[in-house]
Amino acid sequence: MEIKQTTVLHSRGRFGQYGGQYVPETLMAVLEELEQAYEEAWADEKFQRQLDYYLREYAGRPTPLYLAERLSEVCGARIYLKREDLCHTGAHKINNCLGQALLAQRMGKPRLIAETGAGQHGVAAATVGALFGMETVVYMGVEDIRRQSLNCFCMELLGTEVRPVESGRGTLKDALNEAIRDWMANVENTYYLLGSVCGPHPYPTMVRDFQSVIGTEARQQCLEKEGRLPDKLVACVGGGSNAIGLFHSFIEDEQVELIGVEAAGKGLNTGEHGASLAAGSFGVLHGSASYILQDEDGQISEAYSVAAGLDYPGVGPEHAYLRDIGRAHYTAVTDTQALKAFQRLSQLEGIIPALESAHAVAYVLQMAGSLDQDTIVIINLSGRGDKDAQEVSELLRTDA
Amino acid sequence: MNSIRQTFAQANQQGRGTLVIYITAGDPSLDQTVRLVDILSRAGADIVELGIPYSDPLADGPTIQAASQRALAAGCTVRGVLDCVGEIKQRTEVPLVIMTCFNPILQFGMESFAGACQQAGVAGVLVSDLPPVESGEWVNIAAAHSLATIFLVAPTTPPERIRQATDRTTGFVYAISRPGVTGARDRLPADLHQSVQRIREVTDLPIAVGFGISTPQQVAAVCEIADGAVVGSAVVDLIARIADTNSLYSQVERFVAELSGR
Repeated sequence: MEIKQTTVLHSRGRFGQYGGQYVPETLMAVLEELEQAYEEAWADEKFQRQLDYYLREYAGRPTPLYLAERLSEVCGARIYLKREDLCHTGAHKINNCLGQALLAQRMGKPRLIAETGAGQHGVAAATVGALFGMETVVYMGVEDIRRQSLNCFCMELLGTEVRPVESGRGTLKDALNEAIRDWMANVENTYYLLGSVCGPHPYPTMVRDFQSVIGTEARQQCLEKEGRLPDKLVACVGGGSNAIGLFHSFIEDEQVELIGVEAAGKGLNTGEHGASLAAGSFGVLHGSASYILQDEDGQISEAYSVAAGLDYPGVGPEHAYLRDIGRAHYTAVTDTQALKAFQRLSQLEGIIPALESAHAVAYVLQMAGSLDQDTIVIINLSGRGDKDAQEVSELLRTDA
Repeated sequence: MNSIRQTFAQANQQGRGTLVIYITAGDPSLDQTVRLVDILSRAGADIVELGIPYSDPLADGPTIQAASQRALAAGCTVRGVLDCVGEIKQRTEVPLVIMTCFNPILQFGMESFAGACQQAGVAGVLVSDLPPVESGEWVNIAAAHSLATIFLVAPTTPPERIRQATDRTTGFVYAISRPGVTGARDRLPADLHQSVQRIREVTDLPIAVGFGISTPQQVAAVCEIADGAVVGSAVVDLIARIADTNSLYSQVERFVAELSGR
């Protein structure tokens, strides 16, 4: 295992052969400015105190590590849920948005831009925009706007301008392209608040650091409750920010198994999925090298999942690296399995998970019976499922 | 001296700037691209930049992005563009520069791509999202296949990275006129002269200015400051507007002739 090496590689924005800065020259200067500002901020106690304050007082951290008793009984192991769904705005996205918005302020950039697919990151960005009184513009594909009208309304309610993106197929990757173009044209006054551990360096490292609070808390909570570390961590992976946020503090605890669950959509062999690690190949997308979904000519494919937050045709470079060195394992579950888990967790625990998080739950449900009684599993319940209730009700009606 | 450097040197001897015209390959079709390049050359384009369409370009504005989408929808592939280059070379001697994003090259295989470019007769390659710091392997492969390299320098590029870019450039330095993406603009930035001067201080390589240049007046003004001008979106936009008409070739020829002043 080459874990120690990662620290060295991070400084150049590389995770093994993944990561990097594959961007037009017009972006290089601003990425360097961002990298420097971020490193200074992260090392600054005052910044950390400020971030702590907002995470605690505004976002509602720490989130509980909840022993899901009935789910544990079903699975035959001790299953904990890291309750990111209890964060303000209903998902882990706020952790990163608070961090980056504070950084934007520190850099003297009064305008925030962001991309969103399902709208969860958009709403979190709009939220911090309102909180800090910053002009905020969120790019969202026209197709996603159609599917997520409630989130659009919320963003506008929060004072954000939602700009429809018609290019490409009008989904998350197109929104991301458009946000980067806005940034290139307005670097003087604009901060780009990227929502996941993707994109060019320093984003994969920075977003991971802002999300690492999830694992830092979970590690301590598990030690307090169980007197030892967990055996397995399970998290869903789209871009991979909630997963890396949970994993990061456990990377050097080699006995802790790290499991990422991608979206197999309608099945890995159907071409309609979001599983870049399970079914993609090496390539460059949105400024970094990683596993991506593409055709033989290197054109980017559309991803698909019932969970809009998982339909991204790439994955954070650090995940690709953790898989290569065997430190983390990645698997995928289908829409159908996720929908079952969505219902199952609701009925077993009175907790409606986000469809994204339901993928992690589905994986653990699959292991039911094969686990040792004393096995401790932590599932990252990255978001709550209210946003999905209507879509699921329609899907279940169609199925019936 | 490679054909790109020769072209700049020749224009310079003639006391004029070098005109580089960009079009997206495969828009409206690869057959038409072959004929268009021939016409661009006859109308006074000294170098033609041929864009390989990519699904997710970061540096391109709406005009060129839409052209890429049309080309992809029409079935344009990397192999198709390279075959098209071969056909073009049978008709005209104009030096051809391939412009693309890195991922299509990566999937084709850097070595295979460079080999295919060399065989087809490509003069140089510009990879728009491959900054000098990521370009080491590609630069070596391009050199081994006698392909000139072209790197971008922005107004925000600090001196040490201008040097990195010029050290790796064997064709011409592509000076980006302004922040932002490609696309026609009404006026040239006021500090363009200084931007070019900063590059001139560290290199003798030819410098061509691009991004936002769309009129004969702008081309002329740029050629006073730099060794050449790159016009892209204005031509691509014209092609898009009249692609279906009988006058496609004659109108493109007239427009480029105006740009070149010949």
